[in-house]
Amino acid sequence: MSDQHQWPTWEVFIQRKDGEPHAHAGNVHAPDAGMALLNARDVYGRRQEGINLWVVPSDAITASTPEDVGPFFDPANDKMYRWPNYYKTPDGIKQI
Amino acid sequence: MTKQEALYSYCVRIGDSALIHAQRLCEWCGHGPILEEDIAMSNIGLDLIGQARGFYTYAAEVEGKGRTEDDIAFLRDEREFTNCCMVEQPNCDFGYTMARTFLHGCFAYLHYRSLLNSSDETIAGLAAKSIKEATYHVRHSGEWLVRLGDGTEESHRRVQDALDELWQFTDELFDMDEVDALLIREGVATDLSALRSEWDSMVNEVLSRAKLQRPQGGYRSKGGMHGLHTEHLGHMLSEMQILPRTYPGAKW
Repeated sequence: MSDQHQWPTWEVFIQRKDGEPHAHAGNVHAPDAGMALLNARDVYGRRQEGINLWVVPSDAITASTPEDVGPFFDPANDKMYRWPNYYKTPDGIKQI
Repeated sequence: MTKQEALYSYCVRIGDSALIHAQRLCEWCGHGPILEEDIAMSNIGLDLIGQARGFYTYAAEVEGKGRTEDDIAFLRDEREFTNCCMVEQPNCDFGYTMARTFLHGCFAYLHYRSLLNSSDETIAGLAAKSIKEATYHVRHSGEWLVRLGDGTEESHRRVQDALDELWQFTDELFDMDEVDALLIREGVATDLSALRSEWDSMVNEVLSRAKLQRPQGGYRSKGGMHGLHTEHLGHMLSEMQILPRTYPGAKW
């Protein structure tokens, strides 16, 4: 398909509730950011999935590669002290 | 005419315009220019079906003859439908569909907004639910008008042609009769002529952003509210109603 017939893709992030982070929901095609937001609403937000939407041009995202898995993620394997497991969570903190 | 009869007619009118518009929009399902827009048009259609159901259910209750929303939608003939003729027009192309959704959407938005103050609590409640949907319909279709009107030479020509064609149905949106007169006196309905200038400015604002010309004068079609329709409605109803008429009481 030629470029003329294919709009760019936009990654869609949706915030479920106030205070929660935006999570990736999927992507949409759209000619510009404004329409991407409306398309995102129709495709991912029509059943009250959230309260806020972000759209980001897909090509603005820099991703790690499958080869990065080892160096990026494995070193944490044997280092329990990297986890904040030994702290007490104060009362009244709900979103952890 | 009693207040009860007027209220029934008033609710059916609003419901009819919503249902017929919905049926047209849902004809795009599976045929949209892109997947996202296919979903968007059906979404708008489903919002409108929800609005129609609300007004039909209330109409049936007001009538008090034990009929249901389905009886009103599926067991009336063309001459008994009182929707405005704009919404029954075939989809033609995408630009035409967006222009129709926009012109009618602006009216629906203003109409629902005015009904928020209706003395009839059910109508005020239905309006409060519907106005959020109408707000989105105006935004979605308006944004498309801007992009098509200010897009390529072909998209501009097509959407301008659509506006020129649809303009004949715009006066009818504000048409009123004795049903309105009676209910305006009761504080239930609103005077549609009071919505006209705001509709004009909503439409003009988008048309100027879209670099489209507002059509002037020309033939004005009327009659939908009295069951006088264009040739398109009967064909649509035959398709929409065939199942419940062929298999009365069918469930699935």
